[in-house]
Amino acid sequence: MFQGIIMSGFGGQGIISGGIMLAYAGMIEGKQVTFFPAYGAEMRGGTANCSVVISSDPVASPVVGNPDSLLIMNEPSLARFEDSLKPDGLMIINSSLVASKPTRTDIAAIEIPVSDLAEGVGNIKTANMVILGAYARKTGAVSIDGLKNSIEKVYVRASASMVEMNKKAIDKGAEAVS
Amino acid sequence: MAERTLMKGNEAVAEGAVRAGCRFFAGYPITPQNEIPEYMSWRLPEEGGTFIQAESEVAAINMLFGASSVGTRVMTSSSSPGISLKQEGVSYCAAAELPIFYTNIVRGGPGLGNIAPSQGDYFQATRGGGHGDYRVIVFAPKTVEEMANFPRTCYELAFKYRIPTMMLADGILGQMMEPVTFEFDPIDPSTLDLPDWALRGSKPEKRRVIKSYDLRPGKMEQWNFRLEKKYDEIREKEPRYEAVNIDDADIILTGYGTAARVCESAMALGRKEGLKIGYIRPITLWPFPKSVFREVRDKVEKFFVVEMSLGQYVEDVKLSLNGRSEIYLHKRPAGGIPTGEEVLELTRKILSGDKTKQVEE
Repeated sequence: MFQGIIMSGFGGQGIISGGIMLAYAGMIEGKQVTFFPAYGAEMRGGTANCSVVISSDPVASPVVGNPDSLLIMNEPSLARFEDSLKPDGLMIINSSLVASKPTRTDIAAIEIPVSDLAEGVGNIKTANMVILGAYARKTGAVSIDGLKNSIEKVYVRASASMVEMNKKAIDKGAEAVS
Repeated sequence: MAERTLMKGNEAVAEGAVRAGCRFFAGYPITPQNEIPEYMSWRLPEEGGTFIQAESEVAAINMLFGASSVGTRVMTSSSSPGISLKQEGVSYCAAAELPIFYTNIVRGGPGLGNIAPSQGDYFQATRGGGHGDYRVIVFAPKTVEEMANFPRTCYELAFKYRIPTMMLADGILGQMMEPVTFEFDPIDPSTLDLPDWALRGSKPEKRRVIKSYDLRPGKMEQWNFRLEKKYDEIREKEPRYEAVNIDDADIILTGYGTAARVCESAMALGRKEGLKIGYIRPITLWPFPKSVFREVRDKVEKFFVVEMSLGQYVEDVKLSLNGRSEIYLHKRPAGGIPTGEEVLELTRKILSGDKTKQVEE
């Protein structure tokens, strides 16, 4: 199996840490993984994005040009990455913040009110967990448990209550696509 | 210790150096290697070591000259323009035979260039880099795990031969995260024998001097010949490489670092469709592993070089093959990152007789 994923949103939405979580979950499940952040010049309020590869074979380049899956957390990310998605690729869109619709018809697009669901869990900062939960359930590239087991490895200073809240957010995302 | 963890390349090389006994780091910030000094700034004090953010690259490399003179395992790091600034100091360390360790997390050039991954500093790294007749040992990791584990070998060779040793990686390897297992127990430098040349302020039987010149007639020529003897020994004993599927190959793909990963991927994809593709990847860029190319050059007709620069690495491949095989070259400078599919498509064309990518001998 091979999954090239781009996760993109605003700075502060947990894009980078979410990408690391995804790679970590893949690693503990025995997959070959890479995580690569966009590290160029970005302006405040602009986009943050990262590439994650989860594969059964060694990964050549960690840079994902044409992703198999796109995790779109804000409006500008849709415009920026829609064209790059592979035909038959998967796009999960945070409909709480993205008003536009994808124009492509050769892809699978799922709209979930990611930010609203995160607020429902108790903290909007868990929005990245919601979309990861949805992605894991939809593709099986990593398991829901794998994601949950990665929380404390990536957020090393997270309190027990925050870890629990993140787990709930992952479940919320998974339920939203079940 | 054997726990598998996810690490960024820059953090892995920093942690690897600390575990290999590094206790002094001086550097100056530049993207895409900033995580190295950032990591060292909190990690070295934990081990009783010293971190200094210097006022400039030139200051940093000269601090290494001093700290290395007393026998400490030292490190600096930078990216292309900053490494250029450090070359005067590296040359002095090479002359004084100081075992410094440094990394270049290469970005696009020339000039200020950009912060994208690149392999444009190959000539600078493998031909010494500064003024004068010298070489440094150059390791080229292709994974974050190698970045974590190579520093131990770098220090061993640096101290064995009294020679500056560097790690040449690109912005991808510095910035990406991958699973890492450290393959060695942390080394406590206080348990290592102090080199017999280290300046310790004591009164040894013979006066110890560390310097980079000798003005007496003929002495500098002798000095150079002495260095050459050492370089020849390193050329003979220390080349390292990886070679896969070379025995039945119709074509051998070759590259180092990130380009090696791409070659490896193209080989794996090509083998699935029955193409006889082999792969050679130097682990040390200097000393260059000529022998493996010489072993196969009469058996393999075509060599395909992939590099993220404009034809630098290919020069060493040419010197090793010495006109015995056809050489093809794919160049992606200053931020161009080839993919496995791209290299496989070109490989198919070359195998079917396309000469577009062929380079002159």
